[in-house]
Amino acid sequence: METRSQIRARAFVKVWTAFVILAIYLPIICGALAGLSKGRYFGFPIRVFSTEWWGKTFASLEIQSLVQNSLLIAFIVTLVSVVFAFFGALAFARYDWRGRKLFQKAILLPVFFPQPVLGLALLLWFNALGINPSWQTAVVAHLVWIVPVVTLVIAIQVYSFDPTLEEAARDLGASRWFILREVTLPILWPGIWSGALFAFLLSWGNFPLSLYTAGVDSTIPKWLYSKMVAGYSPMVPALGTMSTLSAAAVLLVGGLAIALVRRRQADA
Amino acid sequence: MAAVTYTATAGERSLLPAIPAGLRAAAPVTLLLVLGFLAPLLTVAAYAFATPKSFDVFRSFTLANFSAVFDPSNTVWMSFAWSLAYAAATVALLAVIAYPIAYGLNRMFGKWSGLVGVLFVFPLFVSENVRLYGWVLFFIKNGVLDGGLKWLGFSGGPEVLYTPGAILFGMLYVYLPFMLFPMSLGIAMIPRDLVDAARDLGASRLMIWREIELPLAMPGILIGMLLTFVLGAGAIAESKILGGQSVITIAQDIEVAFTYAQNWPLGSALALLLVAIVSGLALYVLSKLDLDRILGKR
Repeated sequence: METRSQIRARAFVKVWTAFVILAIYLPIICGALAGLSKGRYFGFPIRVFSTEWWGKTFASLEIQSLVQNSLLIAFIVTLVSVVFAFFGALAFARYDWRGRKLFQKAILLPVFFPQPVLGLALLLWFNALGINPSWQTAVVAHLVWIVPVVTLVIAIQVYSFDPTLEEAARDLGASRWFILREVTLPILWPGIWSGALFAFLLSWGNFPLSLYTAGVDSTIPKWLYSKMVAGYSPMVPALGTMSTLSAAAVLLVGGLAIALVRRRQADA
Repeated sequence: MAAVTYTATAGERSLLPAIPAGLRAAAPVTLLLVLGFLAPLLTVAAYAFATPKSFDVFRSFTLANFSAVFDPSNTVWMSFAWSLAYAAATVALLAVIAYPIAYGLNRMFGKWSGLVGVLFVFPLFVSENVRLYGWVLFFIKNGVLDGGLKWLGFSGGPEVLYTPGAILFGMLYVYLPFMLFPMSLGIAMIPRDLVDAARDLGASRLMIWREIELPLAMPGILIGMLLTFVLGAGAIAESKILGGQSVITIAQDIEVAFTYAQNWPLGSALALLLVAIVSGLALYVLSKLDLDRILGKR
């Protein structure tokens, strides 16, 4: 039974949450509208809708190369960070070793760090090493920030992992490789997939690190920023919306795949 | 939940005698952090002591960059003050904004909480400049707000764009998830039966919140506050896109020194001071927390 004040509190929380969600998606909707209006300059209410700028964005060779850069960086970052973070998460949550508490805190530092400053620091470091910034250095920069995040995501899964399963397999004479493939990995799959999803999407949307460490190569967020500061065209909101929609699609497909893995695991 | 001791089998012991499994597993990430995080910071530290406007890193030692920062005729301390004030305001306001939502995610939304959580996570995957630019389109003259109000017969929207208030608004907007999710993890740590027991014993709602819920959720809330403060102190996109440079944040001063001004030593000195403030705070708060409990709690 609920008292009147509890009902009121519940209503308040729901209305507030709905309001904040609306505020979160409002600018994304504004961008979508601007990308679909026909005029060169944005004005509201929109007089004529058209897909002209979407078409131009699709046809642009410059934007194709941006998309390729962003995809390439995101794929490499995903692959590398999942491997690093998988072992990192075991060290974080599974094994009991002397430096663990220190390791747990050290790994959080790049997350608890302003990204523009990290990007500039990396730029200095690459310069000191004599490396010209390019999309490859952007990959490194993304990794410094994304590997710790993915480690945390996988670590949460590792906490729910029962280490006696590995021990039982070992007692039964299974090799290390066999245990990893047949016991550890299947249990941790949902966490690994979530980590991969995070890695891909965080890299895809990253702006501050790419801005300073990609050199002459550009990514979608970096290009959008340069056009926002100078030279608006409806291609800016159009490409922004496309990028957002692709991220949403990846999240949807990835999320469903993870839900499926979890369900199969629960059935097994 | 404590980690269980890993015992190496005889075969492993002979192959890798001294290295425990945990250390081996930690090696790749540690290597990455040393080369990609520690080394860049040390480079920044080295540059901070180099001759101003030069690239004589490791070959010169001077405190001139720091004295330039602390020179009262230089207004760079204003940027520091603005950035730290913005960060503090962001933390305070977001704590109030996010708490009801974090509470709802844990206690009220039930089967919907997964979906609501995803709705709050998703913006993290859209770069902040795209989202902030959406607000420009909303607030700009003849934009969605102004044009919409005119269309409805009003005289038009208020001019909020390119003001210090717009920057704060942008920061609240961008850093909300960083407050919300740690806070939600914190609230998940409150055992329900404890709250029920207190209620059965006659504790008022306010008393339960102050004496039980808030202290138990504190680790998560602290992480959220720390994260938003740190990110807010290094914010740059908000002032550039929404603020129209009406306020220069410290990250922007650092960027200018590194890029247009080509004064890397000065930029490094500024960055080093910012890092000292931020990481001092981060290390202090993190030393108070047990991450196993926060992340491992089921």
